[in-house]
Amino acid sequence: MSLIVKNIVKTYEKGKVLAVDNVSFEVKQGERFGIIGPDGAGKTSLFRILTTLLLADSGEASVCGNDVVADFDKIRRISGYMPGKFSLYQDLSVEENLNFFATVFGTTVAENKHLIQDIYVQIEPFKDRPAGKLSGGMKQKLALCCALIHEPKILFLDEPTTGVDPVSRKEFWDMLDRLKNRNITILVSTPYMDEASRCDRIALMQTGKILAIDTLDNVIGSYKNKVFGVETKHMHQLSQFFKIHDAVHSCYPFGDTLHVTPKDALLKATELEASCKLAGFHDVVIYDLKPNIEDIFMNLMGQNNGI
Amino acid sequence: MSKEAIIKTNDLTKSFGAFTAVDKITFEVMPGEIFGFLGANGAGKTTAMKMLSGLLIPTSGKASVVGFDVFKQSEMIKKNIGYMSQKFSLYDDLTVEENIAFFGGIYGLRGDVLEHAQAELLQRLQLMDQSKKLVASLPLGWKQKLSFSVAMIHKPRLVFLDEPTGGVDPITRRQFWEMIYEAAENGVTIFVTTHYMDEAEYCSRVSIMVDGKIAAMDTPRALKDRFGAKNMDEVFYTLARGAKRGE
Repeated sequence: MSLIVKNIVKTYEKGKVLAVDNVSFEVKQGERFGIIGPDGAGKTSLFRILTTLLLADSGEASVCGNDVVADFDKIRRISGYMPGKFSLYQDLSVEENLNFFATVFGTTVAENKHLIQDIYVQIEPFKDRPAGKLSGGMKQKLALCCALIHEPKILFLDEPTTGVDPVSRKEFWDMLDRLKNRNITILVSTPYMDEASRCDRIALMQTGKILAIDTLDNVIGSYKNKVFGVETKHMHQLSQFFKIHDAVHSCYPFGDTLHVTPKDALLKATELEASCKLAGFHDVVIYDLKPNIEDIFMNLMGQNNGI
Repeated sequence: MSKEAIIKTNDLTKSFGAFTAVDKITFEVMPGEIFGFLGANGAGKTTAMKMLSGLLIPTSGKASVVGFDVFKQSEMIKKNIGYMSQKFSLYDDLTVEENIAFFGGIYGLRGDVLEHAQAELLQRLQLMDQSKKLVASLPLGWKQKLSFSVAMIHKPRLVFLDEPTGGVDPITRRQFWEMIYEAAENGVTIFVTTHYMDEAEYCSRVSIMVDGKIAAMDTPRALKDRFGAKNMDEVFYTLARGAKRGE
């Protein structure tokens, strides 16, 4: 196991704020493991504990066989860490930042250039530019290069795609794909649920707790509730109607479609459609839908919050 | 009640030295619209928003916002619009009440008017019992509601929402859009940016900026038809991957 996390608890303000609530999971060597959850889920606290920058209140964790407390110095040597907040030296150039991180880890850029080649070519034309003057996408690429330059066994990427547009997000995950054959373990967090599909396994996290942990297919496959897709030109009015509908448990918009979870899993799409038409929504089309990760997250959130 | 555009630009341009961040954009937003302002990182969205909200003087072109000229009346624009973003909204270490008073004060509300607006806002959000609590202690969903309401405490006709739902959980994100709809139904014009393409579908009209220009602008339905796309994600991808700059 590349990463073992056992019953980790972290609180702030003398125990008043519970940031990480008894979290356990394991990650295999070479696996890409995604922690998916919104702001406040506890993702960053967990990352800081695993990168030995923060002590947990209780629980144990090890990185490639090294304990996060006793062997912190060993972990620091074998880890690459990309914090959520851009933390390279803004007034050093692209090249200087890269040299700096290589030197700190006792290596040279030349020695490990092959590791970052694919990514570095994209920022090389700007190698003399101060890091602070790079665009968001370029900063992200440089940060990844700096995290990779000492050939880490494990990469910790804390929200690498937050605030990044959808095209750049796809590009970032494509870059990670190209690292696949290097057998580097990757722990990555994101608030974007759709990025679950880019991970080997995922943990869904909210308010400090892990709500589910598995491959995306298994998380979706084990979902018991029925979900209908609903299409209409009158989205807002129809969703108001569903809010007071006896047979409907929940209704949420997903782009140009509504996702409706019925109270009774035996309810048929045709039955719900008939009741909408009776209420005057004549253009409504309702069909069975394979739930996506957001449907599942919202349902688990409801359970977690006791709704 | 007029049907005159609330935002109107003509060849609006902003250059920084040799770099043209926003390159002759021309568009109109009508009262009560939910206008989605999309674009890749570095496309010029932020610069355009700063010009429209009176924070940055354009290099050339024309624009009026809530009836005021962006070149000459930027102070009037600032007073008559609302602004909210996920990154900067409320002060965590002030109470609910203090936040409302602070932002109300900034928007020029004083004395009885401020007190009245404060009471009304607390009542509407059912936050009366929480008014003395620190904002830090509120659940995220409530913070968002409060932050949106505070941005509209001076009853502006136009609100700028800059990535209001970034990092927010999927339920709160959807509840936030219900508030947007409610405000729009009450006649408030919404100018919103987002990186969630499902949210682009909730807009009455959407513009997509690429390399400083508006590459496309229409209803989500019409854009999907034009690009033969299943959803707005595909529309965005088709347009933005052609971008030359930013990287």
